[in-house]
Amino acid sequence: MTIAHHPSEELLLDYASGALTESWSLAVATHLALCPECRHEVARMEAVGGGLLDALTPTACSDAAFDAVLARLTDGADAAPITVPRETLHETAGPAPVLPDPLRGYIGADLDGVPWQRLGLGAYQCLVRTEDGVTARLLRIPAGRPVPEHTHRGQELTLVLRGAFSDQTGHYGAGDFQEADEHIKHQPHAAPGEDCICLAITDAPLRFRSLAARLVQPLLGI
Amino acid sequence: MDDLIVAVAQHRDRAAFRELFDHFAPRLKAFVMRQGLDSQMAEEVTQEAMVRVWQKAQQFDPSKARASTWIFTIARNLRIDFLRKSYRPEPDPDDPAMVPDAEPGGFAHVAQAQEAERLRAAIAVLPDDQRVVLHLAFFEEKTHPEIAEQLGIPLGTVKSRIRLAFKRVRSELGEDQ
Ligand SMILES: [Zn+2]
Repeated sequence: MTIAHHPSEELLLDYASGALTESWSLAVATHLALCPECRHEVARMEAVGGGLLDALTPTACSDAAFDAVLARLTDGADAAPITVPRETLHETAGPAPVLPDPLRGYIGADLDGVPWQRLGLGAYQCLVRTEDGVTARLLRIPAGRPVPEHTHRGQELTLVLRGAFSDQTGHYGAGDFQEADEHIKHQPHAAPGEDCICLAITDAPLRFRSLAARLVQPLLGI
Repeated sequence: MDDLIVAVAQHRDRAAFRELFDHFAPRLKAFVMRQGLDSQMAEEVTQEAMVRVWQKAQQFDPSKARASTWIFTIARNLRIDFLRKSYRPEPDPDDPAMVPDAEPGGFAHVAQAQEAERLRAAIAVLPDDQRVVLHLAFFEEKTHPEIAEQLGIPLGTVKSRIRLAFKRVRSELGEDQ
């Protein structure tokens, strides 16, 4: 997989520092699974976080603090898992899955088990359940077809998982990551040959240019 | 410090854990107090973080990260799922769909102890304006626009200060690209 478009340094830092909420983090983490280069970059940022932590002027803890921690290690509670909110689904045999973790855990299945919901014009979506009030969805755009031209009221992240699309800003293949905001008006066009499947994160409804698209928008929930 | 975590992982070594606690707990407390928690709450969060250090010690890989980096990630994740009650997706290193590193190492090849010292030195010489934006990002989990608003400077300035800071740290680590 040759990745040409990566998350911005800004987005990676917000991920590394913990400033991103769940849906945006999901898009970044899924890209990281596909991109050793960005994993390396995030590791470097986390190292800076560690360096800053180490350089802090210590604030003394109470005398009882260590004993309190020790007491919690001996009562057996240390064996309990903390929070495992999503399943990890690791197949033991067969070909490697197409969807990387953590996305696969959210869907509860690999690509062949995605519960697609028809959008019309040959397009499908699958809403990904996150809890930060931001919309995360898998989109399947039929090969060779356009998505109606639109602008954004907020931010939009798109991560291609299979197939490819092009728009005014470039060509995006598997693993590629696009950041769009209210300043970008684009008309993504799925490449021919194979349906384009991508993870899209949006914090506000899209703004379509054509009246027809605006009319169907409430029906499609996009 | 790396060896201490390994000792906790392999032998449940309490003396090693005490040393880790003495070094990191006061720093974690200072870290948490920067989110605006009072001393008592900060101490509770710190204790929870140290419990997690004990629980998760087996996951620490000294070839991948330094002790301070690893403990930073524990404190960061704790802050998110404890204080913000939210979840932070991460790639799973055992995932068969994960694209592996081109070459093992890279970052990991450098002698960790030596690198920790160089990183400390690199951060120490950062200009104040760059250090301030890093502090807001890492200690107060502010996004770039929030940092710009708080400091009353343009977003582009925030971005360029952060970029300069990372560039500087990178070159101090001999990782210039
Ligand atoms: Zn990348």
